[in-house]
Amino acid sequence: MNLLQILHDLLFDYTLRTVALGAASIGIVSGALGCFAVLRKQSLLGDAISHAALPGIVLAFLLTRSKEPLVLMLGAVAAGLVGTLLILRIVSSTRIKYDSALGFILSVFFGLGLMLLTFVQHMPDASQAGLDKFLFGQAATLLQRDVVTMMALGAIVFLLVAIFWKEFKLLSFDPEYAASLGYPVRGLDILLTTLLVVSIVIGLQAVGVVLMSAMVIAPAAAARQWTNRLGVMVALAAIFGALSGVSGAVLSSLTPRLSTGPTIVLIICNVVVVSLLFAPNRGLIWSWARRRRNRRQLHQESVLLDLYTLASQHADMSHPHTTAVLQAMSAGQTDAGRNLQALAGQGLVRAESGGWSLTTAGAEEAQRLLSAASAPAGAERISQAMQGEVGL
Amino acid sequence: MEMSNTNAIEVTDLTVAYQDRPVLWDVDVSVPPGILMAIIGPNGAGKTTLLKAILGLVRPAAGQVSIYGKPYAQQRQLVGYVPQRGSVDWDFPTSVLDVVMMGRYGALGWVRRPGRQETSLALEALEKVGMRSFADRQIGQLSGGQQQRVFLARALVQDAQLYFMDEPFQGVDATTERAIISLLQELRKAGKTVVVVHHDLQTVPEYFDWVTMLNVRRIASGPVTEVFNEHNLRLTYGGRVAFLRGNGDQPALPPQENSQPAGSSAIHP
Repeated sequence: MNLLQILHDLLFDYTLRTVALGAASIGIVSGALGCFAVLRKQSLLGDAISHAALPGIVLAFLLTRSKEPLVLMLGAVAAGLVGTLLILRIVSSTRIKYDSALGFILSVFFGLGLMLLTFVQHMPDASQAGLDKFLFGQAATLLQRDVVTMMALGAIVFLLVAIFWKEFKLLSFDPEYAASLGYPVRGLDILLTTLLVVSIVIGLQAVGVVLMSAMVIAPAAAARQWTNRLGVMVALAAIFGALSGVSGAVLSSLTPRLSTGPTIVLIICNVVVVSLLFAPNRGLIWSWARRRRNRRQLHQESVLLDLYTLASQHADMSHPHTTAVLQAMSAGQTDAGRNLQALAGQGLVRAESGGWSLTTAGAEEAQRLLSAASAPAGAERISQAMQGEVGL
Repeated sequence: MEMSNTNAIEVTDLTVAYQDRPVLWDVDVSVPPGILMAIIGPNGAGKTTLLKAILGLVRPAAGQVSIYGKPYAQQRQLVGYVPQRGSVDWDFPTSVLDVVMMGRYGALGWVRRPGRQETSLALEALEKVGMRSFADRQIGQLSGGQQQRVFLARALVQDAQLYFMDEPFQGVDATTERAIISLLQELRKAGKTVVVVHHDLQTVPEYFDWVTMLNVRRIASGPVTEVFNEHNLRLTYGGRVAFLRGNGDQPALPPQENSQPAGSSAIHP
């Protein structure tokens, strides 16, 4: 199937269009809300919430015998919130730490959910069929009404984030300061967490409870690599989430026996890897290159200073010295010959019959380096260079 | 102003406990307006907790706090706060200007976004701390001293009467320390009251005119000239202070404070 065909189907094929729209909404909402979760160091809360939602879905079905998306989602939201509040309660009233409470609630709720799911599946009538799709997600089962519900909930979430943008930003950066300004930090915290719960629940049918947390964490983690502004980060995360959501969902609905959740996760995972490697400034390749450049410069400067030290013992500053002497002075730290070539390229040293000698520019540069090293500005520069050395 | 004869801060019988352990025990402090006050005491003495209890950030087990004669909740707009630099993640994706603008959020109230007026106020505050040219920098690229100046600017745009600062000199270079102290003195000249959690005993007489000495209980509180003496320091630090004899009774740094690693909190719950 070629690209044009897919594009055509995305627009005109009912199933594919529904799936794509659904996945896009999931990606946008969870990507955006995920930024706040990641910045508040609550990434794993997303995982706990999605797992905790499972019993809520099954219970909602057991109580109402309905598979209306809104009913199941409400059940999921309720269970997700109960799980979250329990985690916070455990942390505040016992000596159990946050990560343990998280892992505990996650597995207990998920276990309960699985138990209920097995129970429901053994009930005689067939109306329960399909609840197990919430485990790994099945985008192909999305109906138009599901997508409409998802989009409506997503729109509400976005509206609230827009309204409370400044408050959420302050809450995420410095909650204590927010409290000192008189903002009800607890209330804001609960609101933001509820929005996170809703954004996770939206995606459960298509992505599944097991892997939904990836849709929360991964787009935000990838987006952070490319920008230093919260607004841009949220927008980028929404785009990354939407792109991987759509491509994963479409891929899995076109391929038989391909679960949506894992497909989407593998795609967003690639986005994260690319971002970690190639993003400017924060990317690994970028910082590797910077480190390399710093080290090279440091080595060249030290060879230049060595030559300067040697030369200043002679009346004539341009007295030549051999590569071997300079190599010995560098104590095996670097290849003196290569550094001397590079310095010669910059016009700081000159090759002569007796070896290498300083040019006037080279002597001046060495003096500048020496005086800079004793001044505070120089210290800063050196410490920057050292950070480059050990950085990351 | 009309409130000039009321105390800026009046703390009575303040007790704070974390779990079962009292962190502050029956503390009374009165701070007149228009002074620069240091809160000193060893690690775990409750210095930060006192600040947070006054600001309503921790709930006291007992006691009252009033700011210019009224509860803090009613006087918020008079108070500016500079938390410890290490209390936030400086890798947060935001700019220096944005952080300073947060100081206006309280005055802005709900929903309203900071606009041109807030921007110019924030730039003005950055100018005062010598960080005007850093306005568009990402906060992660700042040095410790620069971070501290940004926090200070954020409090300055609050345009408060009373400032609380938690260890503003922690881990900053000498230049920044001088810049901060001259700024604090300017604030005092403008009739504002500044309360600073402080670690360096040697600079207390030079920088401050009022001091509260704290070690869970309040040991002493008053003008530096009256209460900052060897007797009170021994009571506060449990006799672990080395004194420089023959130099007035200028106390030296207590060794445990000296070797304290940067970023460590005053409280170890």
